[in-house]
Amino acid sequence: MAAARVRIQEADFDLGVELGALQGGRTDIGAVASFTGLVRGHTREDDVSALTLEHYPGMTERAIEAMIVDAEARFGIQAALVIHRVGRLLPGERIVLVAVAAPHRRAAFQACEFLMDYLKTHAPFWKKESTPAGEHWVDARVADDEALQRWGIASGNAPGGQGGGSHGG
Amino acid sequence: MKLTLKYFASLREALGAGGPLEWSPDEAPTAAALRAWLRTQSPAHAQALAPGRAVRVAVDQALADESAPLRDGAEVAFFPPVTGG
Repeated sequence: MAAARVRIQEADFDLGVELGALQGGRTDIGAVASFTGLVRGHTREDDVSALTLEHYPGMTERAIEAMIVDAEARFGIQAALVIHRVGRLLPGERIVLVAVAAPHRRAAFQACEFLMDYLKTHAPFWKKESTPAGEHWVDARVADDEALQRWGIASGNAPGGQGGGSHGG
Repeated sequence: MKLTLKYFASLREALGAGGPLEWSPDEAPTAAALRAWLRTQSPAHAQALAPGRAVRVAVDQALADESAPLRDGAEVAFFPPVTGG
């Protein structure tokens, strides 16, 4: 096996290098789709000067690996890579990369979105925002649970949503 | 029973990172029973793990319902709703 397909790290990543490695010289791949998440400097309420990300070492990697296995079964993807950064990040910095390779574009696009929707609600990461008013933990959003539910997976991560705290997926 | 307890994010700030725990449950050992017992351990626990608070549970590093039974030696983590990505 090549490098791990789930990486949790403080360091930044190079999109060109990672997407090239994902293809890995194969000629049976027809599409590579990727999503890069960035730190925004503003939210609806505040200016954000930094984000600090915490995770659950061990569980985070296992959870994302299981999501990739699910995506392989659903979409027939040929390769996948998830990199998620932790620690202190500044506005404009990359937080997360999800990249998938598939024979055709539809599977690649869908698997990429599926993995992000799954990760947002089921991978144990927590964000803390630094703002002029001080530091606070970011609230989970019901909209993210609804995004995962479109894929037929019950999701009750955010308080006040339909799932009410149960995890069905 | 012996458990490994873990807290993350706001719960870690309130209660520490957790650690080994010896627990003698007087009911069927579930995550819900453990959470209720932990609430009796200090005012900080009572507040952070209050019934109305959104607290998620993982057992042996997999998301679980609070009704999930706990085995001896299990790793049990409590944390707020996740916010990655």
